[in-house]
Amino acid sequence: MICEQCGKKAATVHITKIENGKKSDMHLCDQCAVASSPFHMSPTFTMSDLLAGLINSGSVPMNMDVLQQPKCDVCGLSYDRFKSTGRFGCSNCYTVFGERLNPLFKRVHGNTTHTGKIPSKAGARIKTIRLVEKLKIKLEEAIQNEEYERAAQLRDEIKQIAANSKEGAADVLD
Amino acid sequence: MCWINDDGPMNEIILSSRVRLARNINKIPFPSIVKLEEAENVIKQIKEAYENENKNFDFFDMKSTTAVQKQVLLENHLISPDLMKKGEGSGALISNDKCVSIMINEEDHIRIQTIYGGLQIRRAWEEASKIDDLLEKNVQYAFDENWGYLTSCPTNVGTGMRASVMVHLPGLNISGNINKILQTVVQLGLTIRGLYGEGTDIVGNMFQISNQITLGRSEEEIVENLTAVTNQIIEKEKEARSLLISNSKVQIEDKIWRSWGLMKNARMMQSYECLKLISDIRLGVDLEVLPKIPLEILNEIMIETQSANIQIKYDHELNANDRDIIRAEIIRNKLRNME
Ligand SMILES: [Zn+2]
Ligand SMILES: [Zn+2]
Repeated sequence: MICEQCGKKAATVHITKIENGKKSDMHLCDQCAVASSPFHMSPTFTMSDLLAGLINSGSVPMNMDVLQQPKCDVCGLSYDRFKSTGRFGCSNCYTVFGERLNPLFKRVHGNTTHTGKIPSKAGARIKTIRLVEKLKIKLEEAIQNEEYERAAQLRDEIKQIAANSKEGAADVLD
Repeated sequence: MCWINDDGPMNEIILSSRVRLARNINKIPFPSIVKLEEAENVIKQIKEAYENENKNFDFFDMKSTTAVQKQVLLENHLISPDLMKKGEGSGALISNDKCVSIMINEEDHIRIQTIYGGLQIRRAWEEASKIDDLLEKNVQYAFDENWGYLTSCPTNVGTGMRASVMVHLPGLNISGNINKILQTVVQLGLTIRGLYGEGTDIVGNMFQISNQITLGRSEEEIVENLTAVTNQIIEKEKEARSLLISNSKVQIEDKIWRSWGLMKNARMMQSYECLKLISDIRLGVDLEVLPKIPLEILNEIMIETQSANIQIKYDHELNANDRDIIRAEIIRNKLRNME
């Protein structure tokens, strides 16, 4: 088999990628495989893409581990490197490394969820969600106590908040 | 200096309360790998945001600030050793009253620090939080709905908050109870740092106690927990002090008066010796063995006798010997009218 990319050398690396349920195969030579390593392919490459990317070749010139390591598309930090330095490169690393960070947080802090301050700008969405959650509980109470006037008020309030939310009503009301 | 006045609550035992908040800007690489241009831009944004509401501050660019100036800021707890090592692309905004310092591009893009005299952890948190809100108007913070504020080091993620108190515990140390207390504090999930000299002896009986966990505890809980533990330590220290004076009155008085004699008369003083003696003097004032020397004077001595604080007043470079002579002189002058 000839390399799909350069059309010259023999394809020794065979990559199967599954994205949104669609399977695609790539057959590349050693050189092209390194050059188009999935991490450099698209700037929005995420961990879920990576997990979906399967490599099946007996003559893979690269360390399998390296290919399976997530790598931040903003700062270039790999999960492997993070494990050895213990420092993130940027805030996007958190998103890219995702849930595999939780065991570390559990070890360091005994917890995995922030319960403190929420910034007004960066946390606007979560602030709205928490407010709506609170109002919904009050609404339930009002209904149970047959305070229908109050319930109607609360329902309007929730609708109002959802309508004002930049993220759109559906997201907040979920 | 903000914490130096002698009106802080519990200041016979608690020197100062400090809160530090770590913040970062979304999508910009953390300071360890950020490009200079972007780093300069972070400084600009933070400066502008702070300037909008505060006019009384200085900005120290780590490139143009001299080594001695940096050392002075470090000795005065206004910047960290990590920031001191940095050059171009990092700096610190320091309010004129020295209560607030904002380090820019240290380990994180932003580190807000507030410091107050005595036991005032809540006040330090509230002030830091106000500055936090102010800065957020100008930048987009790196914040995750699950993990909170995202920081360069995983040990700061969540609240990004480190609250600490500087405590003076001569009673517990002299009575041999210090290790028991320190162990308990560590078991409660807090961190302790002592000032150690050569060997393992604690110098000056000063300890810094701070929270360790930043994820899964709210700022409110951190403040309350540290305040509660500190209050218990205060109780124990008071108990130890009153036992000392009732059980070994003469020995304690002798120790304090000897230290007083050295402070008032020495012609050369090393910095460690100075810290040890100040500890005795503080204890002596609290136990009413010594006259009522304002704690402010003792705090000033602590600050002004540090090496860089001495050096900065001279044009030529001083050696250790010169500094010891000047240090003794500063102390004698400060205590001249105290009898
Ligand atoms: Zn090829
Ligand atoms: Zn990154």
